[in-house]
Amino acid sequence: MIKIVKRDQPSRAIFFFTPVLAIFLTLVAGGLIFFILGFKPFEALKFFFIVPIADKYGFSELLLKATPLCLIAIGLSFCFKSNNWNIGAEGQLTFGAIVSGGVALLFYEQEGFYILPIVILAGAIGGMLYASIPAILKTYFNTNEILVSLMLVYVSKLILDYLVVGPWSNPEGFNFPETRQFSDSAKLPLLFEGLRIHAGIFLALTAVVISWFVFYKTYLGFQMKVSGFSLKTAKYAGYKGKKMIILVFLISGACAGLAGVGEITGPIGQLHREISPDYGFTAIIVAFLGRLHPVGIIFASLVVAITYLGAETAQIFMQIPKYTGQVFQGMILFFLLASDYLLFFKFKFIGSKK
Amino acid sequence: MHKFFIRSFVSSLVLLFTFTVAAIAKDVKAAFVYIGPTGDHGWTYQHDVGRKAVEAAGFKTTYVEGVPESADAERVLRQLANSGHDVIFTTSFGYMNPTNKVAKEFPNVKFEHATGYKREHPNVSTYAARFYEGRTILGTIAGTMTKSNVIGYVASFPIPEVIRGINSFTLAAQKVNPNIKTKIVWAFTWYDPGKEAEAAKALIDQGADVIAQHTDSTAIVQMAEKAGVYAFGQASDMDKFAPKAVLTSVENNWGPYYVDRVKAVANGTWNQKDTWHGIGDGMVVISDLDSQMPADLRSKVKKLQADLASGKVHSFTGPIYDQKGNLMVAEGKTADDGMLAGMMTYVKGVEGDIPK
Repeated sequence: MIKIVKRDQPSRAIFFFTPVLAIFLTLVAGGLIFFILGFKPFEALKFFFIVPIADKYGFSELLLKATPLCLIAIGLSFCFKSNNWNIGAEGQLTFGAIVSGGVALLFYEQEGFYILPIVILAGAIGGMLYASIPAILKTYFNTNEILVSLMLVYVSKLILDYLVVGPWSNPEGFNFPETRQFSDSAKLPLLFEGLRIHAGIFLALTAVVISWFVFYKTYLGFQMKVSGFSLKTAKYAGYKGKKMIILVFLISGACAGLAGVGEITGPIGQLHREISPDYGFTAIIVAFLGRLHPVGIIFASLVVAITYLGAETAQIFMQIPKYTGQVFQGMILFFLLASDYLLFFKFKFIGSKK
Repeated sequence: MHKFFIRSFVSSLVLLFTFTVAAIAKDVKAAFVYIGPTGDHGWTYQHDVGRKAVEAAGFKTTYVEGVPESADAERVLRQLANSGHDVIFTTSFGYMNPTNKVAKEFPNVKFEHATGYKREHPNVSTYAARFYEGRTILGTIAGTMTKSNVIGYVASFPIPEVIRGINSFTLAAQKVNPNIKTKIVWAFTWYDPGKEAEAAKALIDQGADVIAQHTDSTAIVQMAEKAGVYAFGQASDMDKFAPKAVLTSVENNWGPYYVDRVKAVANGTWNQKDTWHGIGDGMVVISDLDSQMPADLRSKVKKLQADLASGKVHSFTGPIYDQKGNLMVAEGKTADDGMLAGMMTYVKGVEGDIPK
């Protein structure tokens, strides 16, 4: 007989095992969906997960796609670890891109080594400014940061729309909604000739290292963790809650802003209406799939990035609808949340004794 | 006998040759990149109808739907160019820069970009449709059918394409009914059924009894059906979604152009072009006219359609004044393509300002 028993303590091994289990279950369920749709499951999975990264170009595209996801998810992990639910990374990305794009446009047709650092910094500041709105409203007016940060996403997209349609639109562009192309000095350098992977990946890796250091080697990281487990304990221990809320939001906003900088000064090279295919929202899945652990987030961002690439390849070569990519992202999150059940409960085999 | 043998040998050779040529030609593969889902019953749906016409003509096609205009577009284009496609149609304005970028790297692949203006490499062509001609027809119908003299117009983004449509619509409506006013609601989206329905509702609440749209979903005609007002289908024949409300639709008919261009690639006669076709070339098609319209209006519309096709009537014939009363096009003159391409001012009779 099998009995379900509550664990005394959440299992640490299971904690890191469940993401792997979730990915495995997603593959099985995905194969099943392909089978029902009338495709050969193994061939479909091959086109989804192996073919897109089988060559040098594909691999660089994977890294290109994973970079913003990783960067944003690292930022979000600061918030989520300390019980702050920042859902508006997409807005912080957009606003960071607006500020850094504005600075890049100021330097239109100018060259100089100093331009790029200013553009990058502007993006980080833009993201921080935008993230400070839900943080300040939460600390001083007790608003719900989930709602405020989410609603601000739409505001940021409308601001971007306004700018690229109106004052910032390319004067030679027949009033189409886009700005001028940035000058080369305002663009992130490419790492390899002919590939699109750019220096933004170093921003992401730096964020990974810093977050690991803060989480596991500093008092601040400890405070964050305690607040995450129990706000009451944190208060009892005398931690300055308000300061920390603002700090984690600023870090998260800076990371999202930098991700925006990476997109517009990297592969896009200008501002237009659609600078991010909802990286800010997808990064939430990445953060949880990576268990809010810096190394976990690296792997999670690669896994989620490949669902984007795979969906394109599967449509080109097998005519599988491209939206299955989103189905896969949804399934990963679903199975992860479902298998979290195992964290708190275990199956116990009981022999039938008389 | 001998002669017969030679003759049949020669003719079979000729036959074989034509078959081989045909077989080589049919090897051409075309790819289509879509901004939305193929089931949007609007913009993307009509491009996919065009793609199916290419398939029916005997060519292989591939498509990728829902490709965002972000950094992703370039990867999809490069993948298509790399996997044996000879001609790639990119069907949204935002693909303009990626299209030109990838075209530079694949000089042997032909690129066709819809609604853009950049042709930076000899293997890039652009194409668009003169939808404003269709809107002249809609304006004529709206001006005749309205009782409240308020016509609603759900617009997407303030770009010349959309402004041109509003103007052409309003000018035609004024011609049959000088008292009409066109009210605009900017939805700031091409496809968002929720937002579009809200915009339509707002216009109906302001007294509009005919609703036109420059967005792609069927939500507006369905809202009009519920409210008991008239509407026009956009991009595809939307009559089946709102049989009572829809008076007619302006259909985007890309098939003939697509087949033509793919055939040109197959024959080796493809060359760089900037195409802007209207009703006359069959790129803009007017659906069946609803029987609720009086017979004399229907015959008037038919005549107008024929005159637009032949060029006897131009949508922008002077005198045309802007909102402040300044002359835009003098009497007896017509607006040239340059003016149409950059049109960013409303004509007299349109209410409100262009969002800036």
